[in-house]
Amino acid sequence: MQIDPNKCVACGNCIPVCPMGAIYIDPRINRATINYDECVECSTCFRGMSQEHLNPVMVRTVRKLAKFFRFRFEPEPDVCPTASFVMEELEWPRIARRVFSDPLVEHKSTGIHGRGTEEVKTNDVNARVGVGEAGYVIEFGRPGVGVRFREIQEMTRSLARLNITFEAKNPITHLMTDRASGDLKPDIVNEKILSAIVEIKTPLHRVPEVLEAVTQTAKRLDTVIAIGVSTRCDESGEETVLSRLLEEHGYTYYRAKTNLGLGRVTNIQKKQEAARDEHLASVR
Amino acid sequence: MTNTLHRYGNSPSFRDDYILFALPCKGKNDDGAIDKLKTFLRICARHRPANMGNGNFGSYQPSRALNPTAHWNRDFSQDYEAVIGGIEKVGTVAAVFDSKDKAEAALREVIQADLGFSVNMSTSVEGAKDCCQSNGIHRHSVEYSLGFYDPHDHLPNSQVLELSTMCGHGMVSFNLAKKMLDMVREGRRSPEAAAFTLARFCPCGVYNPSRALRLLEQSRTVQR
Repeated sequence: MQIDPNKCVACGNCIPVCPMGAIYIDPRINRATINYDECVECSTCFRGMSQEHLNPVMVRTVRKLAKFFRFRFEPEPDVCPTASFVMEELEWPRIARRVFSDPLVEHKSTGIHGRGTEEVKTNDVNARVGVGEAGYVIEFGRPGVGVRFREIQEMTRSLARLNITFEAKNPITHLMTDRASGDLKPDIVNEKILSAIVEIKTPLHRVPEVLEAVTQTAKRLDTVIAIGVSTRCDESGEETVLSRLLEEHGYTYYRAKTNLGLGRVTNIQKKQEAARDEHLASVR
Repeated sequence: MTNTLHRYGNSPSFRDDYILFALPCKGKNDDGAIDKLKTFLRICARHRPANMGNGNFGSYQPSRALNPTAHWNRDFSQDYEAVIGGIEKVGTVAAVFDSKDKAEAALREVIQADLGFSVNMSTSVEGAKDCCQSNGIHRHSVEYSLGFYDPHDHLPNSQVLELSTMCGHGMVSFNLAKKMLDMVREGRRSPEAAAFTLARFCPCGVYNPSRALRLLEQSRTVQR
């Protein structure tokens, strides 16, 4: 992301808007400036702010007058008066910042926007997390702190030592050079992003062990971690095994994402394949 | 849509926060899904959601060419039709309801429409369970939020967290949430104007301006 210094009037509206706090007024040029190393290319400034297209010279003059008379200037707080933000074309590895930070950019590895994960949202169709299994969604950098890939790598290495399975359809898994060690591509490890999710799966009885490993590793990381744990409900829609396990080990939870079980395979070709597989299984 | 899972707050604080979202699965039920996603959102729109989004933009949007008079007369209206008509490719669509009654009623119609793709509800554990029971369906899977683990004290106070985590993609910054809290407390912005300002930064349309309004009104007299 860039700010056009010929347009910027240093109104400062964009400063609190940046989730990473990467925008500041540079006193040498009296223009809003982006700390390029801290910017995660999330596009919040460019997309989230409304834009006026006022003449910069006119706005600067009005602002100088208001400042001279000590008038409090109280415009709408989410407006860039001169549409100063300019989106850049990014190249690898910096483009990884945008892919992981801008929720409107699709992850090519999974075809999903945002953090690029399906988790148990389609579990009624995909059966990703089965009976007796726990799915984990370990999210880094959120909210509002950000994370560098090297810190994510520290966690993936810790998890790999537990001999767990990384979810194949996950953008971080796609960046691994070796799933057995949890190593990520070396050229991205210093890139900073807004957030990313590591997904793993284990049998339910390993939940306390995995959560302990995650929280112990998190102490060494200079970021924030959000953890989600999922499982299948029983036929009557109840879930007591995972919830009891969490409570026994001192984890509290108030909020959940609930798959309501309304999904099914409707694509005709897929339906035929499923019927054929079922038939073959019965013949065998 | 983990962006709706980790909202900060306890169970009672989610009493006005029920998110219903639909997601077709690639290769399984995505044929003809765009029309079905539009049907899903049309059903939701009939139950007056607090916000609605199609994955690309929500019902409160920033303007690319704002008229300067907007500083005195900002438009806070929702544009459901733009959200529904704006679905161009298969992805997640969502609607946010500010009462359980509305969420239950919308879910009832969604079940009757039998759209075939996965539908999820993000709210308190009990809230989702109640909605399922009242509509005679069984939960398939559940993902619990264990909240944030912050060993190095990066996170701000709970009022800022409650407001900013309603956009789980992190587009509503801590500093902007804090600025809105300060402006409301100082009488420089109405809670409504502050809530809609925050909602415009969430491109997925899952920010809940009704809950934000309640939190901002509370913040006038209570600072945590």
